[in-house]
Amino acid sequence: MIDLFALFLMLLSASTPILFAALGELVTERAGVLNLGVEGMMIVGALAGFAAAHHTGNPFLGFAAAALAGALIALPFAALTQFLLANQVASGLALTLFGLGLAALFGKPMEGVKAPAMSPGPLGLNWIVWLGLLMVPTIWWFLNRSRAGLILRGVGENHDAAHALGYDVRRVRIAAIAFGGAMAGVGGAFISIATVLQWTEGMTAGAGWIALAIVVFSNWTAPGVLAGAWLFGGVTVLQLRLQAAGVRVPVQLLSMAPYLATIIVLVAISARQKYSRRAGGTAPGSLGQDFHALR
Amino acid sequence: MIRLVPRSEAAPLLQIATPVLAVLATMIAGGILFAIMGYDPVAAIRTIFWDPLFGPAAGYSRPQLLVKAAPLILIASGLAVGFRAGIWNIGAEGQYIIGAICGAAVALAAYPAPEMWIFPAMVVAGAAGGWAWGMIPALLRNRFGASEILVSLMLVYVAQRIAAWMAFGPMRNPEGFGMPGSRNLQQYPAAANPELIPGTGAHWGVVAAALAVLATWFLMSRHIRGFHIRAAGLAPRAARFAGVKPETLVAFCLGLSSALAGMAGLFEVAGPAGQITDTVGVGYGFTAIIVAFLGRLHPVGILLAGLLLALTYIGGELAQLTLNLPAATVQVFQGMLLFFLLGFDLLTRFRIARRITA
Repeated sequence: MIDLFALFLMLLSASTPILFAALGELVTERAGVLNLGVEGMMIVGALAGFAAAHHTGNPFLGFAAAALAGALIALPFAALTQFLLANQVASGLALTLFGLGLAALFGKPMEGVKAPAMSPGPLGLNWIVWLGLLMVPTIWWFLNRSRAGLILRGVGENHDAAHALGYDVRRVRIAAIAFGGAMAGVGGAFISIATVLQWTEGMTAGAGWIALAIVVFSNWTAPGVLAGAWLFGGVTVLQLRLQAAGVRVPVQLLSMAPYLATIIVLVAISARQKYSRRAGGTAPGSLGQDFHALR
Repeated sequence: MIRLVPRSEAAPLLQIATPVLAVLATMIAGGILFAIMGYDPVAAIRTIFWDPLFGPAAGYSRPQLLVKAAPLILIASGLAVGFRAGIWNIGAEGQYIIGAICGAAVALAAYPAPEMWIFPAMVVAGAAGGWAWGMIPALLRNRFGASEILVSLMLVYVAQRIAAWMAFGPMRNPEGFGMPGSRNLQQYPAAANPELIPGTGAHWGVVAAALAVLATWFLMSRHIRGFHIRAAGLAPRAARFAGVKPETLVAFCLGLSSALAGMAGLFEVAGPAGQITDTVGVGYGFTAIIVAFLGRLHPVGILLAGLLLALTYIGGELAQLTLNLPAATVQVFQGMLLFFLLGFDLLTRFRIARRITA
């Protein structure tokens, strides 16, 4: 008999990196910016967090460093898209490629080093898992109930109108991009500090891209992101259980499951958004568009 | 203060100048990075950009230029067609892997038959495999509106796992003493993709890359389909009123770019790589995106950009040997290059003017 509760706790852990990254990207996208650099910011966070945790011996400082590193690495993207009006898709890809390279370059000395131990929080779960769960209502409240969130959504829905009302579109967007980077950094660091317990090149293995898909799945809402992250975590845990149970399917094929599940979910949700005109909140109106004030 | 005035048309001279500026800026920023890391910046830049062509070991490294540039150019010329229309195939790496697997499957099934048709059949299988892999995001976008960016990218990870499964399972060399990896196709004459002219590095993939440059140039500047693609990219609504079907363009652009990527994978696995392993994909599919942008999405530009990025690969390997520079340096260089390019691009689309103070 499988202990369902234990399985649920595993799911919470497995979904945490994606949850952080997707919540960050949610805020960025609600401000009207499509940042495809999530994977790059996550891997930089994974390395910076691991290195800081290793050098200070304090995993929590590691997560703080990861947030800082994620926000910093997002700044070139912010400069390109907000001041130099570069294409957001291409700039995000550049951020991913640059981040992967940078992490591989500076990660060499960290290979083979073990992560410092973390004291677990309630229910034996990592504190960061609880922080992630706490971020869901916080971000929901920020987006839907706070004045700053209203401005952020205004900037994302119609940047020209927000500009006409006197809001600084660029400043809001740069802040949103930096926040998205910080969250992606923490998500990445959770993989290196709390899950794998070491640094390996390319260890985020597409988690950033899955996070991007989950934002679409969520219909751009915080509770939707949680549902998507849990769905993904569930598939991952199930897949690992099947591997452990010695099912007669090659390991390589089982490990495709999260990616295939992401595609299936993305297709299902896109179809719903396409065929029902009034499917609640859809993509922010100005998502992915350049903002250039002529005066 | 300064302000930006949009240009009605992209400035032609700057179109050529900005990639050059971006390369120079990358060299300077790269030099600073090397200095921080404790290497001699001048020696490092010279090793990467100069020595592979004119240095003491150039005799060995020069042929490598075409070997590395061929897959990049082949993939990038297909990608650029789609990018022009705003159709983002980011999963060329996956299509490359599937093309390599499908092409190798033909060879492994025919082994050890000596027939002449085997290599051509492999090329067709490689292109068809890549095409089929690329049609998945195309169909899902057309039918359900799913983002082709995310689907094609997810399929890269799926393709990598299929390659690992093949190398450890169905395609494992029965005479390989249990080692993972398929038979080496270079040692199977009917399936091999050899160097055509000794000392040049030119294999059939180089020929295909040259043809791809010509064909995409013809498509984009002389054919009605190319006109539709450009129209759809510049003014999607206007293109639709003119009768251009977005679905057709999505299928065409993803199909073309993924067939070329699949072919690139086949030429690589039958030639320089030799066998299917769990690391068949070496990142050409991602670097090709940079090549497409650096080449301004223009076939001739892509040809030059492909050669330049091939140079950074070879120079990077050389710098690894002689200066002990980490292998990931090239990746950082390529990422920086795309950053600078996108930044300098501002100059082609906007004019910088003084702000008139009221």
